[in-house]
Amino acid sequence: MTRVPSELRDEIPSFDTKVAGDRGPIDWTGLTSFRTAKSALEIGSIVALFAVVFFGLELVLRWTNTPTYVFPKPIAVVRTLANEFTGVYAHHLWVTMYEFLSGYAIGSAVGLLLAALITQKPFAEKVIAPYVLIMVTTPMIAFVPFLRLKMGFGSWPLIIAVALAAGPMVMINSATGFRRTDLAKIALARSYGASTLQIFRKIRFPLALPMIIVGFMVGSIFGLLTAVGGEMVAASEAGGLGERLVYYSSLARMDEFGAVIMIIAALGVSIYVLFYFIGKRWASWEA
Amino acid sequence: MIAESSNRVESPARATQRPLVSIKQLNKLYTARTRDVIHALSDIDLDIFRGDLITIVGPSGCGKSTLLKLLAGIVSPSSGMVEIVGRPLNGPSASLGVVFQSPVLLPWRTVLDNVLVPAEILGMDPAASRNRARSLLEMAGLSGFEGKYPHELSGGMQQRVGICRALVHRPAFLLMDEPFGALDAMTREAMNLELLRIWKEQQTTILVVTHSIPEAVFLADRVVVMTPRPGRLAHVYEIDLPRPRTVEMTFEPGFIELVQDMKRTVETGGRAVLEVE
Repeated sequence: MTRVPSELRDEIPSFDTKVAGDRGPIDWTGLTSFRTAKSALEIGSIVALFAVVFFGLELVLRWTNTPTYVFPKPIAVVRTLANEFTGVYAHHLWVTMYEFLSGYAIGSAVGLLLAALITQKPFAEKVIAPYVLIMVTTPMIAFVPFLRLKMGFGSWPLIIAVALAAGPMVMINSATGFRRTDLAKIALARSYGASTLQIFRKIRFPLALPMIIVGFMVGSIFGLLTAVGGEMVAASEAGGLGERLVYYSSLARMDEFGAVIMIIAALGVSIYVLFYFIGKRWASWEA
Repeated sequence: MIAESSNRVESPARATQRPLVSIKQLNKLYTARTRDVIHALSDIDLDIFRGDLITIVGPSGCGKSTLLKLLAGIVSPSSGMVEIVGRPLNGPSASLGVVFQSPVLLPWRTVLDNVLVPAEILGMDPAASRNRARSLLEMAGLSGFEGKYPHELSGGMQQRVGICRALVHRPAFLLMDEPFGALDAMTREAMNLELLRIWKEQQTTILVVTHSIPEAVFLADRVVVMTPRPGRLAHVYEIDLPRPRTVEMTFEPGFIELVQDMKRTVETGGRAVLEVE
């Protein structure tokens, strides 16, 4: 085939070229490729390690007579969490979740839509790319005090900050996904007279889906960080988990401080697990 | 041994029958980046009748793939026309099914859902096309694999899924672009027999582009030999080997003679054109 002039070969793409897995400017796929425990031995070891650290820490803190304001004892933290959860923490958890989920929904929807539109026009994509990168790398927490001054003490400043943190993350990864143009598959759909919308729904979107899921996952992690961090900087009058962290640490109430940390950690892990299963269900074809 | 049955009716009196596909004075020119005009196809005239199995052979660059893409409606001709059942072809048509060189399956869809892609795009009744897809997969020896994903299948099985997909919307005309080119020789032989069986069972019209002359002779009623630059029809061979075709036939002197004669046509045709250049 080497002697064939390129004009003869075709004006439509060849059916056997495969585009190598382009993962875009930043490869986030490491986040979704965590290995999970399979056997009972592995799970047992994970639980055992937790027990060793948890009770080991408790014993060391007791033996050394460390005061609570220096480091809280694990058992006391868990007890505080259990006793105070419905009375105090549930409210603040709800405040943080409300800010996080609202901001995340707005940011990721706009990010996904912009990615789908912008990848249709390579020129527009090149013009916008540096600004998206600036938004990805600038910590949006920095804008919270400014937004607070402009918009008062409601939840909107934090919702906007979360949206600004999550949106570009979703966008940059989704754009990478939409940029994967498997011309052979598109030519297949075209040979049956598929419309642009059908090609998008049946080829482009499913092809981009694994990267979109990675984008949503990274976006949610950045969104949660921004929600909690934003509350630490300038919370609304309703409070929130971040506001509680600042409050308890300023009063050296370390049991309560530890309890809030545990809630935030649980929240982060839940988000990870959720996206792990979403990825397993919708992107398992891409090993 | 898989073999098609012999009760196939040899298309009677072609002169009186209206062709299914009619290619008239077809030319295709490309403009190269250097502004040279390349004559990919020159004055192609060919009639294809219902129930035909036609193969096209020729050296690389003779425009056989271009011809197939013109027939598929993905590429438009520079002059001349293609008619399908009397109507001029412009753009992709639902009466065509295309099998590509590599299966081009969608990795996120199961085998069954892959077969259903044309039905979905053409907006066919989902329940009916599902049944149709299932029976096609069964015919192709893929029952039990409906729920599997393409990567779980061998190359030959993937290509069979591709053939089922090309047949799901009951096309009048099936186009195949070197369908078994990527398979090993053993699988390829089995797939050729399979193709003959499918052709007989589905009662369709098939055009196969290949660069293997023995394969072309083995499959076809008529073999179209093309010459390169400009791609034109050098000769159309009528193959009167009896059906069902068996692998043993390919060892018979008559078959080998035919293949050698065809090879000469391909070679001399090609050389004559090269000398002009």
